[in-house]
Amino acid sequence: MLEIRQLHKSYPIGDSSLHVLKGIDLSVEEGEMVAIMGSSGSGKSTLLNIIGMLDEADEGEYILDGLAIKNLTEKKAAVYRNKFLGFIFQSFNLINYKNALENVALPLYYQGMKRKERQELAMFHLEKVGLANWAQHLPKELSGGQNQRVAIARALAANPKLLLADEPTGALDTQTSHEIMAFIQQLNDEGKTILMVTHEEDIANMCKRIVRLRDGVIIEDTKVTQVRAEQYV
Amino acid sequence: MFDLDLWREIFQSINKNRTRSLLSGFTVAFAILLFTILFGIANGLQNTFKEAFGTDAVNSIVIYPGMTTKANKGLQAGRRIQFKNEERDFIKEEFGDKVQFITSKVNITVNASYKGKKNSYGLRAIHPEYMFIENNAVKEGRYINQNDIDNKSKVVVIGKVIDDDLFSKTNAVGKYINLSGISYKVVGIFTDDEGYNEENVIYMPLSTAQQVYGKHEEIDFLHLTYNPEMSSDAALLFGNTITKKLKERFSVASSDQRAIRVQNMAQGTKQIDIMTSGLTVIILVIGFGTLIAGIVGVSNIMIFIVKERTKEIGIRKALGASPKSIVSIILIESILITAIAGYVGLLLGVGVLELAGPSLKEYFIKDPGVSNSLVIGATITLISAGAIAGYLPAVKASRIKPIVALRND
Repeated sequence: MLEIRQLHKSYPIGDSSLHVLKGIDLSVEEGEMVAIMGSSGSGKSTLLNIIGMLDEADEGEYILDGLAIKNLTEKKAAVYRNKFLGFIFQSFNLINYKNALENVALPLYYQGMKRKERQELAMFHLEKVGLANWAQHLPKELSGGQNQRVAIARALAANPKLLLADEPTGALDTQTSHEIMAFIQQLNDEGKTILMVTHEEDIANMCKRIVRLRDGVIIEDTKVTQVRAEQYV
Repeated sequence: MFDLDLWREIFQSINKNRTRSLLSGFTVAFAILLFTILFGIANGLQNTFKEAFGTDAVNSIVIYPGMTTKANKGLQAGRRIQFKNEERDFIKEEFGDKVQFITSKVNITVNASYKGKKNSYGLRAIHPEYMFIENNAVKEGRYINQNDIDNKSKVVVIGKVIDDDLFSKTNAVGKYINLSGISYKVVGIFTDDEGYNEENVIYMPLSTAQQVYGKHEEIDFLHLTYNPEMSSDAALLFGNTITKKLKERFSVASSDQRAIRVQNMAQGTKQIDIMTSGLTVIILVIGFGTLIAGIVGVSNIMIFIVKERTKEIGIRKALGASPKSIVSIILIESILITAIAGYVGLLLGVGVLELAGPSLKEYFIKDPGVSNSLVIGATITLISAGAIAGYLPAVKASRIKPIVALRND
């Protein structure tokens, strides 16, 4: 599903440059649920951004579902992101003047889907995250957990191959975090491949595999026994 | 292609950020408001200038014969030049299309009376074309016509003032007025925008006057209007050509300034033209200045908007928005705000001119207003202004990197 070989990335800082990723090798199979861990500055977010085609590697190979991701034009990157990837962010990143339904429908709009069709589909996904009754509400009228569920519905809307989550529970309390994790686990159970950046050990343990980064290299890559989140809910 | 969804997105964005949209629109509305008012005032000033020259046809030329001051071709100085009917035919034939209307004129003073009321008035013996040259309007009855000329009819057309003086109690048309002992039928009453002095006059067919006053073929002077499509320079040249031809015809030295004189309105028209075009240039400079200020204002606010919406644009890009779709959102929003605000400014400006127009008369501003062509021009200008104002911010927006926009800070 996902194949990364000898990935390097550095950022210029003044005259010198900061080498953030120093040769990452990573391979993820379909249906996996991977947590990428590391302290801040370990390069975990940079790695996720490159996988998410929001950033480009300096060196190395990145193959997504058999497709080499290299030298993309902005337009092409936009199409690939829309088609292959679903994003879940720490701060939800919903558009504040659009209601829940419109937010979920936005990726479908960029796919060129007709208005009626995409509203139906968006509603279907909102139902799936249990927010059908909140469809007409603006993000500010929803709780953090509800907002994150809207964001998950949006990530699912375009039926992506890979879900990328950047600290999805970072802005939520423990109880809500567990609810969200339970939901993400359920998505994984249904077969979605999930890649998640986190620095919380207990959240990482709810995944099936943990990849630890330090100073731009992978220091550990182990399969773990998944802790189910439902038991805490 | 018309993309309903794109417009929905834009209207939603404008609607959800009303303050911001109002703010950016305000600059443009104000600029256009100023421009419209300035333009209207300039128009008003121009109208005043034009009016100062009266409502006589602005393209008129009067030719007077005089006395020679120089001997020429064996003829003495001090010879009186006398125009006759054939001079009118000569000019008509010689200059053809360049002449719009032409009349010969004889001026006499007469004592007029009707049923005991008496007064002395100026009498002008003319051709029917005089009506258009003098800009007369027929109030009742009719004007002098070609039949009157052909039949040397004893008819007159009187000015409104004379009608009031002599016929205050009855309808003058159809009555007979006595002019120095001869009766003439009044066939019409006319009015003239220039007022009393021009309405205190009696018109008579030229042929009738020539017969009655024993003038044979003689006339006092010629009054014509040139083709109004002529520029004022061409008209001045035309006036000089007429003078030259007539001087040749009467064997007058070409340097003789007294024998044949021409009073050409083009002289004044040219001065008005110069003044008007000067004024137009000033107005355009000021107008464009304000418009540019408006564009810069909108552009500034659009840059601010793009900055404010950086995160939103980043989200859109992460979700698959192409750079092109980001450009169109910002650009169309800018054009829409500029065009709507501009129109509001234009309407306000026209409204102000309508309201203030009448009270501006004492400041030499008459009928200020803007033309339809200006409105159409303004529309095109506003749309391009919106496009210019939005272009840089839109391109800037399309270059936003989602990774920067989505950074958690």
